[in-house]
Amino acid sequence: MANAHVAAIGTVAGRSGRKRQRRSLLPYGLILPTAVLLLVLMVVPVVIVIANSLFTQVVTRSGGRFAGVANYAAVLTDPGFWPATLNTAIFAGASVAVHLVMGLGFALLLNSPLIGRVTTAIFRTILILPWLFTAAVIAVLWRLILAPTGVVNYALENLGIIQEAIQWFGDPATALFAVTLMNIWSGYPFFMISLLAGLQGIPADLHEAARVDGANAWQRFWNVTIPQLMPIIVSMAVLDLLWTTQQFALIWLTTGGGPLGVTEMLSTFTYKLAFADYNLVQASASAVLVLLFSLVVAVFYVRQQRKAS
Amino acid sequence: MSTTLVRRRRVQKTGVIAGLVVAALVAGFPIFWMLISSFKTNTEVFAYPPQLFTKGFSLDAYTAVLTDPMKLRFFVNSYVVAIAVTLATLLISILAAYAFSRYEFRGKGLMNIVIIGVQAVPPITLLIPYFSLIVALKLYNSYGGLILTYMVFTVPYAVIMLTSYFNTLPRELDEAVKVDGAGPITALFRILVPVALPGVVSVGVYTFMIAWNEYLFALTLTRTNDMRTLPIGIQLLLGQNNQEWSQLMAMSILGMLPVLVLFLIFQRWFIGGLTSGAVKS
Repeated sequence: MANAHVAAIGTVAGRSGRKRQRRSLLPYGLILPTAVLLLVLMVVPVVIVIANSLFTQVVTRSGGRFAGVANYAAVLTDPGFWPATLNTAIFAGASVAVHLVMGLGFALLLNSPLIGRVTTAIFRTILILPWLFTAAVIAVLWRLILAPTGVVNYALENLGIIQEAIQWFGDPATALFAVTLMNIWSGYPFFMISLLAGLQGIPADLHEAARVDGANAWQRFWNVTIPQLMPIIVSMAVLDLLWTTQQFALIWLTTGGGPLGVTEMLSTFTYKLAFADYNLVQASASAVLVLLFSLVVAVFYVRQQRKAS
Repeated sequence: MSTTLVRRRRVQKTGVIAGLVVAALVAGFPIFWMLISSFKTNTEVFAYPPQLFTKGFSLDAYTAVLTDPMKLRFFVNSYVVAIAVTLATLLISILAAYAFSRYEFRGKGLMNIVIIGVQAVPPITLLIPYFSLIVALKLYNSYGGLILTYMVFTVPYAVIMLTSYFNTLPRELDEAVKVDGAGPITALFRILVPVALPGVVSVGVYTFMIAWNEYLFALTLTRTNDMRTLPIGIQLLLGQNNQEWSQLMAMSILGMLPVLVLFLIFQRWFIGGLTSGAVKS
């Protein structure tokens, strides 16, 4: 299909016989499929969802009246909204922080000059594995090992850390911790790979110069490694924040937002408004609020990137 | 080298290895447990105390999954959708990236902002309008609906990555071909794409992963079992009253295989390609 567009434009321009015109049309032909895709399935839907949020009925159905900010007011005063926002903040904040620490720690170990190439390659492959799993599989996997008679409860009981088996995903006291743990496990490898590449990109003479100046390993870490990695750390943290706040599948397939709403996230809250309560206009308002948050984070990200380059 | 230094190095090396082993346990134990559970019978999966190895090493779960037409259908659907998304994404992104890399045109700046900006739009925001839009386009419960909606998330990333690959290749490469009388499209597919192959492949692998793993749209935009992809199939199995855990594990293992194989084959290109953006910044 894409080729047909380009060929068609080439023919039309060729008939007019002006090479300059052909040149000026070609790039439009090249971006046409991408532009159409993004217009129909990105720009139009975003306009629809914003319009939905401002009416009493979704715009694709007739009979709606302009509602102003009524849907937003309803969402913002919904007893479920702020707890879901807080849960999302805890889930995302803890995930990003631990991802960073684990990713950096593992990357430093893998980057150690003391171990051989093959050993590094083997460990690197093992440490990346969690990242290759789809969310549905990760959810099944953690439901297996965190089950009441599962291997984690068994180990913790035998070590005397807990007295009796815990329903990790079913107990309101532990469910948020459990889903966060699962998300941490599945997400750290992306930090690790990126930081490892960053570590390998630090010029050796920077460390050498610091060593000559008498800096010990700890000082070199804080004064050479961390500043050099800072652009990557910021990028990764921002991207991870975007992804984690949008996480839906892991939550939906383990706790569904329960028990008692302790793992309800903005994504599951919005989904339920739309597909359990069929309140599509309020769900649209909630979806727009999620979009606004993501855009704020994204603008910060682009600014940061621009400053760095 | 003095003996104290040698000893200190040995201690340090042991520390690094110990750290890596702990890390590998954190990463690998859950996966290992899933793997051995897939070889157990269903009653053994939750036997208490948990057993590392069972009496009978059983492939029953795999046989059951691979002989069930409905479960096979989930796999087929996932392959069809993921391969189609990968090929279509690569095709239109290569064209767009070529335009961004080699041409100046009106609206380039705007298009660039759109492509970067849309990556921040959360799937949940698009879900509600998609539901009516996909029905209106007669794509509800079809491969087409999934393929097109997945591409909204794979194409922007692919265009950005491929543009930066093409930018690293000197213009003289494609100019030389054009002098020989070939058109720009020939130059693109004969010269640029083969030279940028590591980049094209790593973008392709990443695209495949995203499509293979997608859950939210597959859940909402399909209705019948013959259109369900693997993640939804796993969820359906999970929701049954008599949960077949060993089959779930077998399905999960089979479900991760294509991604694992792709990753292992293209690991070197893939890691380099994925991180080049982050490193450059």
